[in-house]
Amino acid sequence: MGYVAVSGGSEAIAGAEELVKFFRLRGGSAALAVRQIRDQQRLAVDKVMGEGSLYAPTVAALALKQAEGDSIEASFILRAYRATQPRRYTSLAVDTAAMAIVRRISGAFQDIPGGQVLGPTRDYSQRLVDFSLLDEKEQVIRAFLAGAGLDAAGRDLPDSFPKVVALLRAEGLLAPPETADRGLRDITRESLGFPYPRSAKLQALARGETGAMMALAYSSIRGYGDIHPYLGELRVGYVKLYITHPALAKPAYVGKVLVTEAEIIAQYAAGEKGATPRLSLGYGLCFGHNELKAISMGILDRTTRSKAPQKAPAEDEEFVLYHIDGIEASGFVAHWKLPHYVTFQSTLDRLRRSQALKEEAPDAEPQDD
Amino acid sequence: MLNLRTIERKHGYNFAFLDENTKREVRRKTLKAVAIPGHQVPFASPELPIARGWGTGGLQVTMAIIGPDDVLKVIDQGCDGGVNAVNIRKLLVKTTGVRTTFATGEATIVQTRHRIPEEKLRADQILVLQVPIPEPLRFVEASMAKTREMHAEMDYSRMWVFLYENIVKWGEITIGARYPSLVNGRYLIDPSPIPRWDVPKLHMADTLFLFGAGREKRIYAVPPHTSVEPLQFDDVPFRVEDFAGRACLRCGATGTFLNEIFDGRGGKLYVCSDSYNCDAVKAKREGTTDGGGQ
Repeated sequence: MGYVAVSGGSEAIAGAEELVKFFRLRGGSAALAVRQIRDQQRLAVDKVMGEGSLYAPTVAALALKQAEGDSIEASFILRAYRATQPRRYTSLAVDTAAMAIVRRISGAFQDIPGGQVLGPTRDYSQRLVDFSLLDEKEQVIRAFLAGAGLDAAGRDLPDSFPKVVALLRAEGLLAPPETADRGLRDITRESLGFPYPRSAKLQALARGETGAMMALAYSSIRGYGDIHPYLGELRVGYVKLYITHPALAKPAYVGKVLVTEAEIIAQYAAGEKGATPRLSLGYGLCFGHNELKAISMGILDRTTRSKAPQKAPAEDEEFVLYHIDGIEASGFVAHWKLPHYVTFQSTLDRLRRSQALKEEAPDAEPQDD
Repeated sequence: MLNLRTIERKHGYNFAFLDENTKREVRRKTLKAVAIPGHQVPFASPELPIARGWGTGGLQVTMAIIGPDDVLKVIDQGCDGGVNAVNIRKLLVKTTGVRTTFATGEATIVQTRHRIPEEKLRADQILVLQVPIPEPLRFVEASMAKTREMHAEMDYSRMWVFLYENIVKWGEITIGARYPSLVNGRYLIDPSPIPRWDVPKLHMADTLFLFGAGREKRIYAVPPHTSVEPLQFDDVPFRVEDFAGRACLRCGATGTFLNEIFDGRGGKLYVCSDSYNCDAVKAKREGTTDGGGQ
């Protein structure tokens, strides 16, 4: 009978899956090559790798194709794939001073040792629709690639740059890094209580959803618990990963990954009595080229260490870490699409009794809050 | 660690999808949950290919306890044919190859969302409930760090005040489903969004009830023969949904949980929420023995 809760679910699901494919392909254009997405939708791929927390550009590009460009859906596909992968090694800590720089800027200092390296950025381009991209001719692309300047990225750059924050530290302006709590906890292998260990907190932030983190970071810098941040340094580049292996005497090189790193310098807080006032640091690092996320992470890393008695939303560690995960948030927000007939029936039963009681005693005013 | 020899080649995944290490963790946490009835046990809860909030907690529990000889029933809102039930059943069948059934009495494991079947469950059956919000105190306290302390101290005073204020304001407690209940006289649980109708079925039952919250990463349990008491006042007793004078339009049953449906002419119809039970009652009334089946 038609009104019995959706039955024939199997056929409906199969039909829906076929329609998804049809809607993707009905335009009749040539199928997107995964490599095209990986190369030309670079920032989308990077975002998906970060939020899916798996560095796998080709799989991320494939997930984007499969999800028709929906980045949260693509991140979810990648994250679910990641959960099936074994974890054999933990890489050694990376020294980002040795990063092979693609881009590197500081908002705090005009001149920094090694210089500002603008790199590939749209920051100072006008956001005009580029109609010339409507029809990019292959020979034009080839001529452009063959032309000067194309391999300039990195050609004249040194192997490593000194860190801006190291200068501040040397001058005693910045608080030294906290040495306690250096252990590594894996948030995908255990569920932790609050306050989170530092390594767990940074993991949760590193795989957070860019938009959610941006909104919370924005709320802080607009005034809800402002920490008065400066961008000490923003770097985009490749870092080398090493692991130790019992069969090898030396750490083994396993590959390089592109990361974005942001070091946020924040206003000195009311320190302990008698302690020297110092600036404090918020740290952001994520897979791929995703500057908004790295900066937001740096701000949130710092805001969530607030000792303020009245905490703004972005200063509440539990609030921030529970709500920035795009996979969890999207799943639960979307779950309202599932049938809730039974629970709604239960609610109606309560409401009708309340209404009946009100009719029986119309003069009995409910107490104000 | 991935053991290539144990991988089922057909679909490329381990039996019941999860790797054995993950299953082991879920089993250990489930045992702890059974040992401390009603206590929420945190677990790692890796992502599944089903969205968070769509039954991933229940799924992980089922995946950790299911064996090749089990007979599985999956329901959503009491219905075997609902799209989400179908989807979850498909994933479990694809990765385990177990036999499935609609018949409640035939199942060894029943995974469910929002209902406990009308038919009384036995000691050799396990009911796995999908849980969106494992924390009963969420009504009065948003922070998990704080509610953890409140549970530890068995400090449920704010919950009592909440219920009392409900009555003062509305003449009635406003919580419909997921009614807070005290397990074994110690821990308050959110029994998942089952209607109040189903809460008494948890009390001193023959069956083991396992609750899995995937997104919130918690497992808890109501073992067999354990008391489950919905919070109530001496003068305002707990009451279940009122279907007095109503019967299922389809099977004619009274005494089952009913869903109301608009008939398109301004009136309302009532049908059973438990689709298998409805089929079985209808078949019995019509003299056929086939109770739905697959």
